[in-house]
Amino acid sequence: MEHHSNTAVLEGHHVHDHAHAHDDHEHHQNFVQKYVFSTDHKVISRQFLITAIVMAVVAMTMSIIFRLQLAWPGEKFAFIESLMGKKWGKDGILDPNAYLALVTIHGTIMVFFVLTGGLSGTFANLLIPLQIGARDMASGFLNMLSYWFFFASSIVMLSSLFIEDGPASAGWTIYPPLSALPEAIPGSKLGMTLWLVSMSLFIVSSLIGGLNYIITIINLRTKGMKMTRMPLTMWALLITAILGLLSFPVLLSCALLLIFDRSMGTSFYLSDIYIGGRPLEQSGGSPILFEHLFWFLGHPEVYIVLLPALGITSEIIATNARKPIFGYRAMIGSMLAIGFLSFIVWGHHMYMTGMNPFLGSVFVFTTLLIAIPSAVKAFNYITTLWKGNIQYTPAMLFSIGLVSSFITGGVTGIILADSTLDITVHDTYFVVAHFHIVMGLSAIFGMFAGVYHWFPKMFLRMMNKKLGYLHFWVTFIGAYGVFFPMHFLGMAGVPRRYYTNSNFPMFDNMVDLNQLVTIFAIIAAFGQVIFLINFFYSIFRGEKAPQNPWNSNTLEWTTPMAHVHGNWPGKLPEVHRWAYDYSKPGHTNDFVPQTVPLGPDEHDGGEH
Amino acid sequence: MTLLYILALILLCVALNQLFRVFELSRDLRGEKLYKVHDAENKANGRGMLLFMFAFFAFFLWQIDQYYYRILPKAASEHGNKIDALLNANYALVVFVFFVVNGFLFYFAWRYHGTKNRKAEYILHNNKLEMLWTTVPAIALAFIIIFGLKYWNEIMKRNNDADPVKIELYAKQFDWTARYAGKDNQFGIDDYMQINGSNPVGLDTNDARSNDDILVKNEFHIPVNKEVIFQFRSRDIIHSAFMPHFRAQMNCVPGQITSFRFKPTITTAEMRQDPHVKRNIDEINAMRAKKGEDPIDFDYLVLCNKICGASHYNMQIKIVVESESDYNAWIAKQPTRKGKAIAALK
Repeated sequence: MEHHSNTAVLEGHHVHDHAHAHDDHEHHQNFVQKYVFSTDHKVISRQFLITAIVMAVVAMTMSIIFRLQLAWPGEKFAFIESLMGKKWGKDGILDPNAYLALVTIHGTIMVFFVLTGGLSGTFANLLIPLQIGARDMASGFLNMLSYWFFFASSIVMLSSLFIEDGPASAGWTIYPPLSALPEAIPGSKLGMTLWLVSMSLFIVSSLIGGLNYIITIINLRTKGMKMTRMPLTMWALLITAILGLLSFPVLLSCALLLIFDRSMGTSFYLSDIYIGGRPLEQSGGSPILFEHLFWFLGHPEVYIVLLPALGITSEIIATNARKPIFGYRAMIGSMLAIGFLSFIVWGHHMYMTGMNPFLGSVFVFTTLLIAIPSAVKAFNYITTLWKGNIQYTPAMLFSIGLVSSFITGGVTGIILADSTLDITVHDTYFVVAHFHIVMGLSAIFGMFAGVYHWFPKMFLRMMNKKLGYLHFWVTFIGAYGVFFPMHFLGMAGVPRRYYTNSNFPMFDNMVDLNQLVTIFAIIAAFGQVIFLINFFYSIFRGEKAPQNPWNSNTLEWTTPMAHVHGNWPGKLPEVHRWAYDYSKPGHTNDFVPQTVPLGPDEHDGGEH
Repeated sequence: MTLLYILALILLCVALNQLFRVFELSRDLRGEKLYKVHDAENKANGRGMLLFMFAFFAFFLWQIDQYYYRILPKAASEHGNKIDALLNANYALVVFVFFVVNGFLFYFAWRYHGTKNRKAEYILHNNKLEMLWTTVPAIALAFIIIFGLKYWNEIMKRNNDADPVKIELYAKQFDWTARYAGKDNQFGIDDYMQINGSNPVGLDTNDARSNDDILVKNEFHIPVNKEVIFQFRSRDIIHSAFMPHFRAQMNCVPGQITSFRFKPTITTAEMRQDPHVKRNIDEINAMRAKKGEDPIDFDYLVLCNKICGASHYNMQIKIVVESESDYNAWIAKQPTRKGKAIAALK
């Protein structure tokens, strides 16, 4: 580690001193070096974003297909057969195994490929060097590898959709023995192997990416960029990367043991099983071990998904409220607290596994503690709006949407964290509602906000504002329309992952609620088409972006509007103040960039 | 036909392209900066936020009105009432916080929409306010934790009722078998290696304690107001025994025995008279009548609540709660394991 960080520093200085040499170098790059195997963080960030968008479209389409099944079970939709083939969608009716496969891959893609790889990959790569004033990441080469591992893992995951027995279908949490025994479900044949291969590649990508982010933030900050002057995006991405670095290896070992159980006859997770007409020879393991290992990653993962989105919105809300972020230090403190606590709460996913009830009570305590720093964050966002002068860019709309979904989804977490109450809501639609709103919506809103806000830095053009408005309102209304009613399904006791809720009469009269949900889902999906059109159109034909369209303080808006290798031609900027001097008295403009020196009697906001 | 579709698609693209052209030309001619947000737009979106808040809250209240009787009826077990009391207290708190905090958010979003001539106030932080909103949630959470854990310990406590009914729920893809401990009220030990057609739940045939055990499928009975101790096993993968009406749930994990205990307080017959349940069932029967299906009556169910394969959605067993005398009469009629085996030999 020591050695590594030293080289990183050296590399940084090297780049610093020879900026011009780098510029010259750029002219010799061919297309493949520049756009395919690029080591430039800005290109890599665009690669991550576009890959994630493609994956998100796949996962969203899947959700529409299984939502149709849930709303109108047994109804024939011709397009399902043309899309899924005769085996999985015979006569336009989804097969039960295909339903489980869709649910599984939808979850996997959304959690890992869109909201982990896509969100962190895009914005850590784009923003870290730009906001701390570095020429590039500490290691451009590792950074490139990180993307290509991600790409390979995406390809493996997508390819599993086309094999004979279908992709993995044991749920995104792939609990063994279901995921370990090919006799139990067709998705646990080759599909599960591909899932594990894909996730292993994904973990490698995540680890080398995260290592790079941490080293870059710690070592390559420009002159004057103290830790307490960093924008909150940087803090969020730093903490995210640390969480990933500590938890993803555990998922890798968890997956490795599963690979051993599946292919090499070990029995880490298997015991006393009789399946396929014979007793299994492997015995003595425990599936609960898997759950512990899985959720040791799985819970920090929630914050790996959420923190970057919270960081992005901190930045966007302050910029567009034209006000300093309220309680900058409290924001950092609460993110650190959330990060720390996220490692000691995993057991709240397992209250009903037969785990010792005493152990359960410990996890109740730690889990409910997380509500405190989360509440602090929510209140700080709201107080940042208070007495602000809010500029409604599409990014700002999505940021406010995030705060709302963070509140709405967060409060139901208090019920789920309570082991006593979990007895009745565990694994019902109440859980589905909770995590989609608090994690799914918040993170995707944060991602949209980031795309609208930093699009000019990525593609040097602006996205269309009016289409952005339309996109936001359709998405916001649609998303709440999809997930809010699910609370009531959960309160009626409807379990998750049921192919249909009307095979026995107990939930028959909930079908209109399922139809309402599906109609909102279709509306929301059309909203995303607006985004896609806007995004791809604006890349090529959008309005040319000025250097600092949002009158923002952070360093990325001081770079020229051209893709310069090394980010700043000439010297790196020097930082004199924190990132949130908006509407500061004594200044004519309502923003004071970080590069402006402090006046004689001026205090730096970050010092408070 | 396909050709027609392709042609239509191409035409659409051409039309869109032209539309965008016109838009771009007019943009360039007027030289406006489209990305800039005007006061009118700030106002409109601010209003949108406030309107959304009212619509969202109204949607919530409408759903409560629509669905309150479709959610689970009153708990049919002793501890279930405690869970419901705690749940309702938590719901009250959570809904209150939901309204208030979202209310502040959307109100500020509307109230402080940007105008050209105003400058935001430079406010960094406020220690009093921050102390307040850290300590208030902390105190509220302390109460939630204390009551939650109090009930949790009570529910999970292994207190021995004088003479509990012992039932094992055995899960496999995709059905349940209920096993009663029989006259000796003791389960024999199990051995998955011995599973076969006549020994479906894998009992150790050398263990005499399981000779009087009783195995039933499709439905099982329990006496009202008597403690029932459930133990759970699984033959193949993880299932979860979810008894929503009793507020009871426990995973069935292969290789280990899990347990849950509760005391049912309402018989099936009594529950069928509950107005909440009746309204629900009437509605379901009206829907069934339209489809030409027979009417149904309310029943307690065990549902599988852990993804377990293709028929996960259809893995239940019925529970009948009845008076102790009815229960005794029912159980007396069930053949024991040994009795069944002898009958099979004859």
